Amino acid sequence: MSLVLDVRDATKVYGAGETAVHALRGVSLQVEPGDYVAIMGASGSGKSTLMNIIGCLDVPSAGRFHLDGVDVGALDDRRQAVVRNRKIGFVFQSFNLIPRMTALANVELPLAYGGVRPAERRRRALAALELVGLADRVNHQPNELSGGQQQRVAIARALVNSPALLLADEPTGALDSTSTLDVLGIFDRLSAAGRTIVVITHEADVAEHAKRVVRLRDGRIVEDIRLAPVDGLPPRLREVTA
Amino acid sequence: MSAVEIVRFAVRGLAANKMRSALTTLGILIGVAAVILLVAVGEGSSQSIQRNIQQLGANTLTVSSSTGGGGGGFRMARPQQDSGPRTQARPLTVDDARALADRTAAPHVSSVSPVVSAASRAASYDGASHTVQQVVGTYPSYFEASNKPVAKGTYFFNDDVLAARKVVVIGQTVAENLFGTLDPVGRQITITGVPFTVVGVLKEAGASGGFQDADDVAIAPLPAVQQSLTGFGPLNQILVKAGSADDVAAAQAEITAVLDQRHGVGGAVAADYQILNQATLQETVSAATSTFTVLLAAVAAISLLVGGIGITNIMLVTVTERTREIGIRKAVGAPRGAILGQFLVEATLLSLIGGLLGVAVAMTGAQFTIAGITPVVVPSSVVLALGVSVAIGLFFGSYPANRAAKLRPIEALRFE
Ligand SMILES: Nc1ncnc2c1ncn2[C@@H]1O[C@H](COP(=O)(O)OP(=O)(O)O)[C@@H](O)[C@H]1O
Ligand SMILES: [Mg+2]
Repeated sequence: MSLVLDVRDATKVYGAGETAVHALRGVSLQVEPGDYVAIMGASGSGKSTLMNIIGCLDVPSAGRFHLDGVDVGALDDRRQAVVRNRKIGFVFQSFNLIPRMTALANVELPLAYGGVRPAERRRRALAALELVGLADRVNHQPNELSGGQQQRVAIARALVNSPALLLADEPTGALDSTSTLDVLGIFDRLSAAGRTIVVITHEADVAEHAKRVVRLRDGRIVEDIRLAPVDGLPPRLREVTA
Repeated sequence: MSAVEIVRFAVRGLAANKMRSALTTLGILIGVAAVILLVAVGEGSSQSIQRNIQQLGANTLTVSSSTGGGGGGFRMARPQQDSGPRTQARPLTVDDARALADRTAAPHVSSVSPVVSAASRAASYDGASHTVQQVVGTYPSYFEASNKPVAKGTYFFNDDVLAARKVVVIGQTVAENLFGTLDPVGRQITITGVPFTVVGVLKEAGASGGFQDADDVAIAPLPAVQQSLTGFGPLNQILVKAGSADDVAAAQAEITAVLDQRHGVGGAVAADYQILNQATLQETVSAATSTFTVLLAAVAAISLLVGGIGITNIMLVTVTERTREIGIRKAVGAPRGAILGQFLVEATLLSLIGGLLGVAVAMTGAQFTIAGITPVVVPSSVVLALGVSVAIGLFFGSYPANRAAKLRPIEALRFE
């Protein structure tokens, strides 16, 4: 079976000489389609660095990296933009919505850059917002939405292009407990629907939602535990349905 | 990602910061309007000066002394006259004028008017007084040769010249200042205390574009002016009218021959007079006015450049301020070209809108008289100003836009 994500021996060094920081010291990670992976680790262990590389936002110092069968490092700038657009949906801790643009416009953004026609774009963006339960907030701007709502808009934006991989860097880090549950519920349902998800978190209760937990320490993977089979339901949903 | 889409993003970007966009636009607006208006003013004044020269009459030649006596003096008609020794420069005299009027020696000359003039003389009538810019003493043929028709009353005649009668034809400005609404014809005015009877009023020559008011004149018989104002010294000029436009060159040659002979010019002796015709005068003046126009345009171009720097500045600020937004756009898959396009279109829109408004303002401004000059909009200046403003937007916008487009997504997202 082809892997959605195949990272081999990735390293990342920030800076040079004496002040160089080795954020990743040889990380290898394979993710199969449909898996729901939580990456855990203390602050500064290199989680975000790894995530940014997987999301094509940054480049590794060394190592190879295939996304959905494509060697991303070998792509030129324009093709990397296409990969970011089609294959990856990224959810940030700080939402990163564009201010003064409505929720709908924010969600339409990846489709606009993907060259989708306006009518189709609107239909799909509305569907994505519906999926995260924000059908009644489509014309609100980010500053008119609560943190939880903003994060749900961001998830809708990440999903709207049906990416091969949904990445989230501490998506609940800035949210209260109710909103956290909303967001985790959405992820559970997405996972149940077959989406491949990688979530960064340092909270154990968030990691409990994943099918697999990977632990990072000082730029290395120190633990890799499977909580549920790849092709089953995520653990929390299984409990509910059982 | 279509071009329409990029333009829409750019418009949204500009609308998000209306005040700033408006002020940047204003910078370009002022630059473009200044270029168009100043060039229009330059062109307007040049045209009005040309019109004044044409009023001299097309077939007229002005002979003046080159020893500092005569008026005019824009350009030497004979280049060799500055070289060589000179025994004694002879002034122009009434006898010179008579010699030029000789039909056999100068068959292409149709009339000759000797001219003396006195500048800034006080005239008064019944308590009202006015300083006349120029009092001219001449022959009746002067009116035709210098293209000064009479609107009211008559010219003076040869009899008046022979009898040295104190009669005068005055310009509109003099008439208005001395008489107001009264009819000046037949009334007696005094010029520096000497009484003159007004026999006619000249037709208005119109705005004269800055040099001097062509309507502020008084014209009287030559001996009358010599007796009372200038004395019987040399003439200031001799106005010669050729039979037709085609005769001007021949007439000029005849005048040269006659005067060379009378003044002993030739061989090593340089000419002590100069002949100006309308064509050479026009050339000289248009060279001078185009320099003037170029200077005005240069000043305006600087303000356009300043507007361009304003655009660069604003685009730099915009890009810096929106670095995070750029990061977000890149993270969701915006290619470099789309980011570059968006910021370039933003800069170009700013300058294009500013440019178009500038054209509108300049067109409106050109409807009014500016500093006594009716501006004449030069179409090429409009095209140029607009083109330059758009080019400025593209050129000055491309640096910040490029910087934005080249950022790696993570660098842009981390930017505080
Ligand atoms: N842009 C950067 N420049 C220099 N050092 C960095 C940069 N980003 C992260 N680091 C360092 O790399 C290490 C890993 O950081 P990060 O991946 O953000 O950790 P985590 O997300 O697990 O908290 C930390 O020591 C951090 O200080
Ligand atoms: Mg982090």
